[in-house]
Amino acid sequence: MAGADSPLARLVLYGVLAACTILTLLPYAWMLSSSFKPNVEIFSAAVQFVPAQPILDNYTEALARQPVGRAILNSVIVAGVETLGVVLTSVFVAYPFARMRFPGRDVLFLAILGTMMIPSQATMIPSFMLIKWLGWVDTYQGLIVPRIMSPLGIFLMRQFLQTLPRELDEAARIDGCSRLQTLRLVLLPLTGPAVATLAIFTFTASWNEFFWPLIVVQSNEMRTIQLLIAAMKQAEIADWGVIMAVVTLSVVPTVAVFVLLQRYFVRGIAMSGLKG
Amino acid sequence: MAALAITPPRWWNEETRFAWLAILPALAFFGVFVGFPVGYSFWLSFHDWNMMSATPTWVGLENYAALASDREFLRSLVQTALFTAGITACILVFSLAMALLLDQKLRFIKLYRTVFYLPAVTSLVAIGIVWVWMFDPQFGLINQSLRGVGLEGPLWLADTRLALAALVITAAWRNVGYFATVFLAGLQGIDRMYYEAARIDGAGSWDAFWRITLPLLKPTIVFVAVLAVILSFQVFALVYVMTAGGPAGSTQVLVFYLYQQAFTYFRMGYASAIGFVLFVIVFVLTVLQFKAFGKPVET
Repeated sequence: MAGADSPLARLVLYGVLAACTILTLLPYAWMLSSSFKPNVEIFSAAVQFVPAQPILDNYTEALARQPVGRAILNSVIVAGVETLGVVLTSVFVAYPFARMRFPGRDVLFLAILGTMMIPSQATMIPSFMLIKWLGWVDTYQGLIVPRIMSPLGIFLMRQFLQTLPRELDEAARIDGCSRLQTLRLVLLPLTGPAVATLAIFTFTASWNEFFWPLIVVQSNEMRTIQLLIAAMKQAEIADWGVIMAVVTLSVVPTVAVFVLLQRYFVRGIAMSGLKG
Repeated sequence: MAALAITPPRWWNEETRFAWLAILPALAFFGVFVGFPVGYSFWLSFHDWNMMSATPTWVGLENYAALASDREFLRSLVQTALFTAGITACILVFSLAMALLLDQKLRFIKLYRTVFYLPAVTSLVAIGIVWVWMFDPQFGLINQSLRGVGLEGPLWLADTRLALAALVITAAWRNVGYFATVFLAGLQGIDRMYYEAARIDGAGSWDAFWRITLPLLKPTIVFVAVLAVILSFQVFALVYVMTAGGPAGSTQVLVFYLYQQAFTYFRMGYASAIGFVLFVIVFVLTVLQFKAFGKPVET
């Protein structure tokens, strides 16, 4: 778009960008700053970003008094297994939809996509009962299994598989590959970028998930990190230094994954099919 | 012999069998974890059940009739709608503005994109807690800053008139950057030729925005609006962490009310009726927006 030509216009644009950047980063700075402050400085009437006496006590106290390690481990297990599962099932289910012709293909695909339109929170009661009947309340499988397939994942993988040339499949067939071998040996190695994108999105979403764990988890030991910080906020309304320390620890993994692998996030948004 | 043989139809071949076999587990999965809950939820909404008694009792349309005169439910409906309207407006205006900014040829533009996307990878729980602390009337950053310029800030989350607005501010902070990235993808899909042609015809950048950018961006705008409405109608985590529906019910929203009815009061039938209302609202809003603005994505 035109408009950024005159020096004055450019100055204004940089000014707005700077303002947006500050607004975005301010809560993170506040979180970090509070997590290193002793209580005397936390409860101050005036703004002070850099602690006068930075301390680590909030972190050591949090680790000593709260099951932070266990909660992070729970989150790693749930997000890790869920990510692995979603990637595998998505590739496998997307494969026939992307590469084969069979009756019912489009209807079935739309039906799977259509499940995305159902607000999962509207059906929380039967979902919980299902888990109860299966004896999965307060377990890893209760947290993971209902999330192990993702319509969005199937959609993304189908979109990506469709972009690969059909000649690959034909050549593989001629070389005597079965359909599964074609997927595993020929197509799968080419899906790297799409798999990376899907894995990162799934991991982030699972790490940040709150609603489903809130329903499934009942014991303190099975709490994910999100449940732990929510519970801490409920219980220790005054201990902001310790709470901010644990919140910081909970935020680091997804932010780190994002900063290191951000090109895959942008690709994911472009891949959802909205190129304008 | 040959006369008796039944020839299978042409489509019944190895390809079909493989495909159906591969998709079957997925169909079973979505049937169990999506289809069953939807159906059972609907069935349960005509029953009375506290989860303790062996079987739900049929009550017909009583739950729905009760909803129609449940003031707290109606209030949560209105407040959810207000929240949704507020956040959708914020997103459409600010995300688009931010995307236009990010579409300029400026220095360090990639760095800005990274920064603006950060809230989208941060959990709602973490964000909610940090903003509760930001909004703290005495020691929070916002009121500290206001005090710095000689103003006494309001009570924010403890003020019945401001709590919902504070939630909208928090949700906007989380979502504007994400939707800006979506808008940016849409903007970059617009052919630069249109702008060249407009410039040759003497159109200013304001004209170009209204006559080229907006019309061509329509599919993205619809997509963003639909997504924003669907997501914000289901707002839960922020409310749970920041206000728990208070003060005095001023931030009670639909899903939080549903959650309370189900898991605090164990009114499973009643909660299912609320869930079904939520489902219908989200569905109708989605269809209406598609109808009003046309198909969002080319498939």
